[in-house]
This record gives sequence, structure tokens and C-alpha cells, in this order.
Amino acid sequence: MKTGAKILVESLLREGTEIIFGYPGGVVLPIYDELYDSPLRHLLVRHEQAAAHAADGYARASGRVGVCLATSGPGACNLVTGIATSYMDSTPVVAITGQVPTNLLGNDAFQESDITGITLPITKHNYLVKSAGDVSRVVQEAFYIAGTGRPGPVLIDIPKDVSTGLAAEVKLPDKVTLRGYNPTYKGHKRQIEKALELLGHAERPLIYAGGGIISSNASPELMEFATLASIPVTTTLMGIGCIPCHHPLNLGMLGMHGTEYANFAVTECDLMIAIGARFDDRVTGRIETFAPHAKIIHIDIDPAEIGKNRRVDVPIVGDVKGVLKDLLALMKKQGAHEVWLKKIKHWKQHHPLKCPTTDGLHPQFVIRTLSELVKDKAVIVSEVGQNQMWTAQHFCFHNPRTWITSGGLGTMGFGFPAAIGAHFARPDVPTFVIAGDGSIQMNIQEMGTVAANKIPVKIAILNNMYLGMVRQWQELFFDHRYSFTELPPVDFVKIGQAYGIEGMQVNRPEDVLPAFQASLDCDGPFVMDFRIEREENVFPMVPAGAAINEMIGGHPR
Amino acid sequence: MKPHTLSILVENKAGVLSRVTGLFSRRGFNIESLAVGPCEEPGMSRITIVVIGDDAKVEQVMKQLNKLIDIIKVSDLTENERVERELALIKVTAEQGTSRAEIMQIATIFRASIVDVSPKSLVLQVIGETDKIDALEKLLRQYGVKEFVRTGTIGILRGSKIVSGGK
Repeated sequence: MKTGAKILVESLLREGTEIIFGYPGGVVLPIYDELYDSPLRHLLVRHEQAAAHAADGYARASGRVGVCLATSGPGACNLVTGIATSYMDSTPVVAITGQVPTNLLGNDAFQESDITGITLPITKHNYLVKSAGDVSRVVQEAFYIAGTGRPGPVLIDIPKDVSTGLAAEVKLPDKVTLRGYNPTYKGHKRQIEKALELLGHAERPLIYAGGGIISSNASPELMEFATLASIPVTTTLMGIGCIPCHHPLNLGMLGMHGTEYANFAVTECDLMIAIGARFDDRVTGRIETFAPHAKIIHIDIDPAEIGKNRRVDVPIVGDVKGVLKDLLALMKKQGAHEVWLKKIKHWKQHHPLKCPTTDGLHPQFVIRTLSELVKDKAVIVSEVGQNQMWTAQHFCFHNPRTWITSGGLGTMGFGFPAAIGAHFARPDVPTFVIAGDGSIQMNIQEMGTVAANKIPVKIAILNNMYLGMVRQWQELFFDHRYSFTELPPVDFVKIGQAYGIEGMQVNRPEDVLPAFQASLDCDGPFVMDFRIEREENVFPMVPAGAAINEMIGGHPR
Repeated sequence: MKPHTLSILVENKAGVLSRVTGLFSRRGFNIESLAVGPCEEPGMSRITIVVIGDDAKVEQVMKQLNKLIDIIKVSDLTENERVERELALIKVTAEQGTSRAEIMQIATIFRASIVDVSPKSLVLQVIGETDKIDALEKLLRQYGVKEFVRTGTIGILRGSKIVSGGK
């Protein structure tokens, strides 16, 4: 007989868990006691929200299931934003929470919250475990559900008496079978043939590649497909890295802050192949004018995404990696689409992303400097806002899973803790978080975590003393009325020092490269406080509700 | 916008009803009626939900329902030949005299049965489609409907086809 807590820790190890991110508390004491002398590594964060984001960052960088642990009540509630972030971006996370003992459930007991109820709409599935004998099965199912199909977060709520309760060893099946959960992996052959027929007739095809390519590890297949069929590729924010930035077929990001040439290509293409993408409103702009001349092929593992926002001509439900392989196997020689590619080349030449050359420290220059310095040898994590868009636009990503960002939920405070998680997935390369002065302050307490554990996350803060993206909208659409978006100056280097973290304030362009060099030379964490031009905007930009070829801040056409 | 009768086969686990209804409320659907009970398979329940919505929105909810782990099968009965029934209990004011006789006559026409009698009231039990029950309630209103309780629609496909799964 073993306690539920012991079974839990053994089950996590059985699933191959390397590290969990957590924060102790009353009802998880039995679990923490098991962790005390367990080979399972635990990282103590400074706020439960950071544990959820770190587990998410680990999952995104590694492709494996990330795990976080918190106590009941406030601990569990603090995970909520992180769980919602994972849910929106379909990342595999198992969140474990303690719960008050079963006899007190529903009694408003101390630190009780109905966390399974609270997380119902933001988890792929959740469990309230009622007996120690169920723990091993639930953990096995949770990992299976989180990591297969369209990935997503699964929460396991464990009452204290279940942790302390005794149960005999349960023989687990080698493979989980759940009657109500059977994702479709194999694309329908007839649909794949139909897609190839459409492709055969297309003159101006375009691939619209989303985060599904990354989570399915389908970059090699995507590249082969795009290259063999001569189809340009535009990526969503989540899809960045699935094709190298310098690849001649890569058009960069589309949508609200996409490149002009990507958005022109969307508007003019006659066939759009959407792969692992979901026609999000930040991508499409006004949906009626999105790819108005195109037939649509939509490949996605989640049937609910097909036809959700846009009518589709050929739906293919399946794992994008397998579907791309099938497409490649059946594809005959394709046209070279020379006229189309020439047109795109022309757009790329005449409408490049702008990098301001005026005096002062420009964030685009900071990002480009880092990109040239680290090349493909880094994991880059962003916060949310202008810092995120400048990085997405100006950093040259070479590989999948090297760009980590909160896309769907747009969670400020995600980046720094996610970078901590990413470091444990990719300790072989440096991890940088690109933050704004607003977003870094949403989880700045994690400086304590990186300092205490010498976690070498490099913190680059693009400090404009504004909530920059909101300020940008106020400038452009609210007549410069900067309502509650100005932040008083903060000396982030001094904050770092208080935690025992080295750092450097950077005011001049010539000091940018040395600062990044210094951060790499330091074996621990490092803070860089870049005092950038205060009212720099992210351009080009599609105003809310406009068609995506109606951009402001671009080149004259 | 038309009513859709959805038949949903679920595993009878704690919280499954919240999972299902949550998907409707999230999208601003108002559930017209809801009926839940055990079904032919042990450990399973069948939920019948009637919602009013446009076809595309209802299709999206059905796809989302299908993603729930505890849900085995979802089907829109409205697309098929089906039998739909609802049961209602209606407590009507019925003093001794002509009104009582009239109410009993109306009950006969609707094939409703009288399941409780007191000096001042009658309780009618009626089974039928929603329209029939609405019609009866409307007719009885002139006598004073004190209480009106209905089960919500349940439905079943005609012929040998069944809603089970699989999935």
C-alpha cells in the first residue's frame, strides 16, 4: 500500500516528467513531503502564476508535457491565467492542485475553491480525484489527453485525504483508451486528392501556416511541400519558426502587424492552404475581405476549427504532419508559379519592414542586433505588446520551438516565467526574454527564482515608460489621450541588483551589442534595461475592423 | 433561427452536465429545455437539449461538445424523422360547478389525465409535443393556472437508427 502522494510522484516519473514548477501550501504538504527526497526535480517559483507559465514555456520549447503544482484556493486560482494561456495556444500542460479534504468539499473550508468548476472552460479536461486508488490512472489519462490530438491543459485536483489515503498498486494499461476521445490523425484520402486537384489549378497559391505545424513537429514536411510545389508561406504569430526567416518562400507574419507583402499575398492569392491555423481575428482583419479571391483548403486536427470563422472548400481533418506526408506522396509535379513568385519578390523588395534610422535607441535595432548576435543559437521568449510584435517582426527565427509567445490569450507576465521553463527544456542554448517595462512588472518577482537557482535567463527590457501598445492605440485611435498608460521610470538594473542579478542600462545604440555580449558572458541571469524611443510605434498595422491590405505605416503602393 | 433538439450521450460522471451547459452559455445560447436521465447503457446518461439558434452556431456548439472527453455522441435530431415528447403537470383552479366540467372536457380532448383532485383544484397530466402542451396551457389559462411544470423535451429517432457511439 502507498499513499496517494507517493503514487502521484511515481506516476509523474513514469510519464517521464523531468521537472515540475510549483509552490507549496497547506493541503499539498503530503505531496511536498514526497518531493523532499524524490528524484523528481522541483523548481520553487515566487508566484503560482509563474509556475503555470513556466510549465507552459517548458512544453512549448520541448514539445513534452509541462507540469505545475499549487495548493488549493488562492494557489489554484493563481494558476488560472496560465492555464487559460495554454488553452488558447494549445500547449500540453498538466496542472496539479491540492484540494481540501473530501469531507469538507463544498463547505467553504479554509483555502477552498472549486477549481475544477473554475477551469471548466479553460481546460481540455479536468479531474477531481476522489480516491488514492484513482491517482495513477488519472495521471496517465491526463498526460495522454494533454499531449495528444490538439494539445491542451489538463487539471488534476487532489483533496488532501486522497494524498494521504492508502491504495494498492494499480496495473495500468500500456495505452490509454477513452471512449469519448479519439482524435482523427489520418487525413481523408478523397479530401487530400481534392486538395491536390485545387492546387493543380491554382496560379497564386499561398500557405497560411499556424502553430499547429510547430506542435505537430511538421516543419520538415511543410518545407518540403512548399519547396516542391513552389508555394510561398506566411506564418501566424504562433507559426513563426516553422520556416526559416531567410527562406525565399517565407513571407513572414500576416495579419494585424504582419508584413505588407504577406498581407498583399493573402489578398491576391487564388488558393489558400491553411495548415494548423484558425483564422483568428488578429490574423484576418475584417473576415469578409480576407483572401477574397481564394479557394480555401484547411488542414487541422480539430474538426471544430474547420468552417468556424471562414467557409472552407476542402476541409482535411488530421494531424498536419501526416496529412502533409500524404499530400507529398500523392503530389504530382507542380507548376513553378513564376508570375506569382515574381510579384511577391517585387513586393518584398519594395515593401520591407522598416527599421528607423533616426537618432535615438530604436527597439527594432535592439531586436535585430540580438538576432545577428545569437543567430539560431537561442530560445527567444516574448512578453505581450509592442515588445512581442517587434520581436516577431525583426528577429530572424531559424527553427521551430525557438520562439515562444502568448498568442491567443495575449498574457502580459507570461514571458519571463515561460523563459524559465524554456531554459529547462533547452539548457544547451541561451534563453532571452524580450519584455516591455509594463509586462516585466507583472511577474517581476521571478527574479527571485532565477537568482536563487542561477537560471541563466537573459532579461531584455524595452523600456519606454509606457504601456506601449495601448498607448499606440490611444495615439492613433483615441486622439493622443494617453489614459493611464504612462508608467513612472523604473530602474530595472537596481531591481536586479536587489535580487543579486547583474545588469546594465543601455541608452545608446552603440551600447546594445556590448550589453548582449555581457549578458552572454555572464553565466547567470542578466538584466538589460534598454531605454528606447518612448513613442515608437509598431508598423505596419491593420486597424481593427479593416481589411488586411488596408495597412497604416507601410510604404506607398 | 429555429429550435434544434440535440441528443447527447454522455458518461455519467460528476460535472458532466456543467461541461455541457457551459458550452451553450459561453456562446450566449439560452437553453429552451433540458432533460437528463440514465439510458440503455450502464454508466451512461442521455441529455436532450432544445436550443434556438442559427444552424452554423448550433453546428459549432455540437463540434465543441464532441471535443469534451466525457461526451460519447452528439446528434441533432432535428435533421431526422423523430418522435418528440414532453410531459407536463398543470394545476388548475377548479371550483365545484361548470368550470370543473369544462376543464375535464378539455382534458379529454387533449388526452390528458387527471391525476389529482381537490375541492378547489385539479392536476392534469399531459404528454405530447411542445406545441400541444402550449396549446393546452393556453386554453386552461382562463380558469386560472396555479402551477405549470414540464419535463423538457425528449426525443428519439424513428425507425431502427439510434444515437449511440462509437465516436
